[in-house]
Amino acid sequence: MEKEKEFYARIEAKSVSRRDFMKFCTFLTATMGLSAAYVSKVAQVFAAPSQRPPVIWLHFAECTGCSEATLRAMFPWIDELLLEVLSMEYHETIMAAAGRQAEEQLHAAVEKYKGKFICVCEGAVATKYDGGYGKIGGRTFLEIAKEVCPQAAAVVCIGQCSAFGGIQAAAPNLGGWKGVGEVLGIKTINIAGCPPNPINFVGTIVNYLLFGKLPAVDDLGRPLFAYGKTVHDQCPRRSHFENEEFVEEFGSPEAAMGYCLYKVGCRGPETYNNCPIAKFNDGTSWPVEAGHPCLGCSEPQFWDKMTPFYEPL
Amino acid sequence: MGKRITIDPITRIEGHLRIEVEVEGGKVVNAWSSGTLFRGIEVILQGRDPRDAHHFVQRSCGVCTYVHALASVRAVDDAVGIKMPVNARLIRNLLHGAQYQHDHIVHFYHLHALDWVDIVSALKADPAKTAALADNTSNAPWGGRQYFKNVQVRLQTFVDSGQLGPFANAYWGHSAYKLPPEANLMAAAHYIEALRIQAKAARLHAIFGGKNPHPQSLVVGGVTSVADLVPDRIAEFLYITKETHDFVKNVYIPDLLAVASFYKEWGGIGGCTNFLTYGDFPASEQEPESFYMPRGVIRKRDLANIEMADQQKVTEDVTRAWYLKSAPKHPFEGETRPIPENPKFSPEKGKYSWVKAPRYDGLPCEVGPLARVLVAYGKGHADIKPLVDSTLKQLDIPASALFSTLGRTAARGLETVAIGEVMQGWVTELVENLKSGDTKTYQPYEMPQTAQGVGLNDVPRGALGHWIRIENGKIGNYQYVVPSTWNLGPRDGGGNLSPVEEALIGTPVADPQKPLEVLRTVHSFDPCLACAIHVIDPHSNEVYKIRVV
Repeated sequence: MEKEKEFYARIEAKSVSRRDFMKFCTFLTATMGLSAAYVSKVAQVFAAPSQRPPVIWLHFAECTGCSEATLRAMFPWIDELLLEVLSMEYHETIMAAAGRQAEEQLHAAVEKYKGKFICVCEGAVATKYDGGYGKIGGRTFLEIAKEVCPQAAAVVCIGQCSAFGGIQAAAPNLGGWKGVGEVLGIKTINIAGCPPNPINFVGTIVNYLLFGKLPAVDDLGRPLFAYGKTVHDQCPRRSHFENEEFVEEFGSPEAAMGYCLYKVGCRGPETYNNCPIAKFNDGTSWPVEAGHPCLGCSEPQFWDKMTPFYEPL
Repeated sequence: MGKRITIDPITRIEGHLRIEVEVEGGKVVNAWSSGTLFRGIEVILQGRDPRDAHHFVQRSCGVCTYVHALASVRAVDDAVGIKMPVNARLIRNLLHGAQYQHDHIVHFYHLHALDWVDIVSALKADPAKTAALADNTSNAPWGGRQYFKNVQVRLQTFVDSGQLGPFANAYWGHSAYKLPPEANLMAAAHYIEALRIQAKAARLHAIFGGKNPHPQSLVVGGVTSVADLVPDRIAEFLYITKETHDFVKNVYIPDLLAVASFYKEWGGIGGCTNFLTYGDFPASEQEPESFYMPRGVIRKRDLANIEMADQQKVTEDVTRAWYLKSAPKHPFEGETRPIPENPKFSPEKGKYSWVKAPRYDGLPCEVGPLARVLVAYGKGHADIKPLVDSTLKQLDIPASALFSTLGRTAARGLETVAIGEVMQGWVTELVENLKSGDTKTYQPYEMPQTAQGVGLNDVPRGALGHWIRIENGKIGNYQYVVPSTWNLGPRDGGGNLSPVEEALIGTPVADPQKPLEVLRTVHSFDPCLACAIHVIDPHSNEVYKIRVV
């Protein structure tokens, strides 16, 4: 309780009001599909984690877009995630140590938190040529994944690449790239998207802190609270679809009127994600609001299965 | 034979980079730069719909998001023959400017600062003295003894927890750290503030692009964000860009100058010889003449004779890269194939990187903020020249000190000021154009059966070129030569070092176990390796005449 008071004093000192903070918790609780009774419990998770849960974040074949997406987290701000909520033991994009010292840190963290850390994977793993198309410190991604992931309490795959192989696994897939779960033959939590909305990553972590377990998932390992419905079913342009009011060319009067993008290639009907509800960057917008069809980026192999993007389903 | 040091992974960058240096007598005498991941995006593009290319290539990099999508649609626009609507040009410029604002702040504070700032030393600072220092150096909106005390308590609590997270096992206490504890505390506080500023600045992309990273409103022919061309959205954009610009002027630049004043010797370390820019930010259809940041080539540091850059003179060499043998070729005639095996790292005489070695007229060229600022400075740019001159005066260093690690890091900050300023004018221009009744955002087109095009850009990390050839309405060939390929490639067949390899030679190394100084120069290039390694063109041998965008 004392710690909780301190927490509120601290966020207020940083001109984040208690009200704003509770607003975030309400939003997150709603995104996670929990009842309103959980709002105060979600607040407690951020206010007073007894020990910050250790996270080891591995980078394989990726573009770092998923790390960047996570950096955009607001309420809790990314600095709070890093300094007060989680213990980011290893993350190549932000860590101060490099080279030998970075490798030492990885080994030390795996050793210290064996069976207790959350392993977040960003990027695909190469399987051809002994995994030779991707290496860190002279070791292949394959070796690193095999060594680190099985020692984690849970493996969370953030983004299309670690979940399903991603862009490098698109035909002809020169390096034999695959998602982490498939390579290791393990079940992973898949925060799908290219990149995913950070709210879905944070929601998954909160679930873990709140209930001590990871959220319920679909048969592709995607948390149901975020990926339980299609984009189409939640789309604010849905009534235009029902009324057969379609955009047939960008820049047309129909585009200006915000008609349905189905005929210019929208993949919303086949894509499970919460983009229309959660929106991106503090609820600022999402692709359909920006007038662009959904690409289907939270579906496996979308680079092959959803293309050409501008042709209707 | 000196002592060999390997740094792998290089952290606080995008992608997977290995740097090896040889140290003799406390200085780097030889260096090798190696990219250790190959994804092959250009192969994946073969045979696909040219309209889709920008979505694929945008996934080259999530840190320098947007820029590859822009270069790609420009290349296809060029092939198709689009006359770009004014609104689309302005929105593309605004999204691109927003990327500069965001990216350079993140680089300075989150990827580069810890090479100069000792976070642990900040714990020893006197918060009152820190407040006085901050008052004297910056115009930050936050400050005062209590503010810095809170930051210090927060850091102390973090350290006391024993869970040091991103700050664990670093080079704290290294003799090359020169800042007093108070300056370290000020920088640490701003590191945290900048984490929030960047999250807010990323909303600029969401306003006209739907989301960030990987905005999704570009299409060949224009932009799709028509519903966002309304007063409240435009006002929101203007507000955030100004707020970000205020941070750049009032915090980033003062911090840069404060830190630089303790590290002036780095004005004599880490320089390169030749520089290339394609230029960017068109003010009209006249390209490159109307670019805000100009196009040019500087040979042997000669600022008095800046040439116009000609993309026909670009070649790529794979002698020392993990591709099958080939002579140096222009991007349109490459025949590069990755070796079909687990690559061996052979820096001495053999191949040692997935990054190719691009050359301009046979010369390795540095690209990026320093190249852009030098070209603009040499040409007497109305905004850049005074910024550079006042910085040199304030730091009391000569113009020759620009050719250095310090110059590179300073140039990045200075161009962020210039671009942030001019962005506000583009917003006004957009409003005026809409008021005049022009709401056009898109130019319809027919996809030709056969065509080719080029998109040349200057993006936060440097000169970026995309080349596309369309055959039977599909992608027959796609090539891109990106900034980190220029800056962080390997040697070429003639043994010429890449810019980062050249820059590292002469760098002092106080403790070979803790090569902090090497990181300074490597990070000053803002390496972005995922996009540097993608290059492949398995079957084209022909030379094509191409129009420069």
